[in-house]
Amino acid sequence: MDINDLRSLFTVLTFALFAGIVWWAYSGQRRKAFEEAAQLPLDDDTPFIPDGPRGRDK
Amino acid sequence: MQSQATYNYGVVRQFAVMTVIWGVVGMLVGVIIAAQLIWPELSVVEWLSYGRLRPLHTNAVIFAFGGCSLFATSYYCVQRTSHTPLFAPALASFTFWGWQLVIVLAALSLPLGLTSGKEYAELEWPIDLLIAVVWVSYAVVFFGTIFRRRTPHIYVANWFFGGFILTVAILHIVNSCEIPATLFKSYSCYAGVQDAMVQWWYGHNAVGFFLTAGFLGMMYYFVPKQAGRPVYSYRLSVVHFWALIFTYMWAGPHHLHYTALPDWTQSIGMIFSLILLAPSWGGMINGIMTLSGAWHKLRDDPILKFMITSLSFYGMSTFEGPMMSIKTVNALSHYTDWTVGHVHSGALGWVAMIAIGCTYYMLPRIFGKNEMHSVKLINLHFWVATIGVVLYIASMWIAGVMQGLMWRATNADGTLTYSFVESVKATYPFWTIRLVGGLLFLVGMLIMTYNMFKTIAGGKAVNAPVLEPAHA
Repeated sequence: MDINDLRSLFTVLTFALFAGIVWWAYSGQRRKAFEEAAQLPLDDDTPFIPDGPRGRDK
Repeated sequence: MQSQATYNYGVVRQFAVMTVIWGVVGMLVGVIIAAQLIWPELSVVEWLSYGRLRPLHTNAVIFAFGGCSLFATSYYCVQRTSHTPLFAPALASFTFWGWQLVIVLAALSLPLGLTSGKEYAELEWPIDLLIAVVWVSYAVVFFGTIFRRRTPHIYVANWFFGGFILTVAILHIVNSCEIPATLFKSYSCYAGVQDAMVQWWYGHNAVGFFLTAGFLGMMYYFVPKQAGRPVYSYRLSVVHFWALIFTYMWAGPHHLHYTALPDWTQSIGMIFSLILLAPSWGGMINGIMTLSGAWHKLRDDPILKFMITSLSFYGMSTFEGPMMSIKTVNALSHYTDWTVGHVHSGALGWVAMIAIGCTYYMLPRIFGKNEMHSVKLINLHFWVATIGVVLYIASMWIAGVMQGLMWRATNADGTLTYSFVESVKATYPFWTIRLVGGLLFLVGMLIMTYNMFKTIAGGKAVNAPVLEPAHA
């Protein structure tokens, strides 16, 4: 097995990894987490007081 | 009353203001060299000759203007989406002063003719070391903030910013591997075609990560903010990110078509450049469709106009780029002004316009105002800049295709139809139109500078309170 076989193998593996990422991103179980994440820039209204009552438990 | 933690806006303010200042400086140098092409007698002294000012222009607009806007927006976005102030504020402050020192040293050394001769990496080895130190500090501040985040998710914009920071560190360190001969002179560790390949692996990924991934980070945070709605498809944004990461690294060889680079390497570069069309357009559609259902906002919001227009230019230039990477198209376009037009459709249309839009978004918020001093002037800036870009790229397209056709034209007996200088003569009118386009873009930046200082004058520096995560 020479180094070019390893290079081919690496290319195939990275392609499989990418296909896996696409499958993972579009699987139904990620839907809720992604919806939460998508709201992150828009969650802007509640000020946080470090040791205040709202900072700890909310 | 408890004291309230605030976001670190100090360093954001510094970088945001310098974005505008360096934008004016870098584009002014661009206008000067555009004029020198038409009137060579404007090269009065060697320090201000075309060959020395051209790298100053590219470094100033990419690393000073673009760099400052990337620092400002990434620091702003990462704090707010992580609901925590910046990690290591002293180090964050060091990244500002260190980066400004890099810029000043570039502005001194390049006109003096000190250069390592690598495009977009001209700075000599002592400055390269300083860049590496500043960049690693940037990574510590950014990833430290991510690490301290109070939200379960790392927002997608931060993935893009993080990818850009890591990759640029690797690119800079590998391509700047050089052996110092004196304080002001070094030689590359690589030789011959390997040197060329490393250089364009760096060069194209500087486009792909510095000028694309980082600015896509801006898009994924600031377009939803300005539109007031979440990104069109979050899962598309995840695939967009990984597709860019997996493909961009391989596109560099398209800068070396028909050179000593092995033919198979050129073909790989071309194929990966063609593949890049898919993630690029996926990202563009994701950004533009964020506005779906709120298109009316485009009518009276000039900041949104900047952002959406920038995405249109992003779509145009990422269609044009893959086309130009096809060897037979490249045979016509390479070394002509078409390349210059393509770069500026990306640099002015996409990079500058999204950066300008995001800076307009941040300025009132970090200086304690509700909005910019004059919204009408933002609108004026938008139209002046858009007309400027269109004049610039249209004239360079025509000039480039004309030059390519003239250079390859042969007579029946096989001799060249035109001498080189005939193509130069034929290009003058288009260089003049380009100068007008560039001048308009610069005027837009001056309008922005005035608007910025009027906004700052009436306001005071404000650090917004750290916000509680929604679902914490």
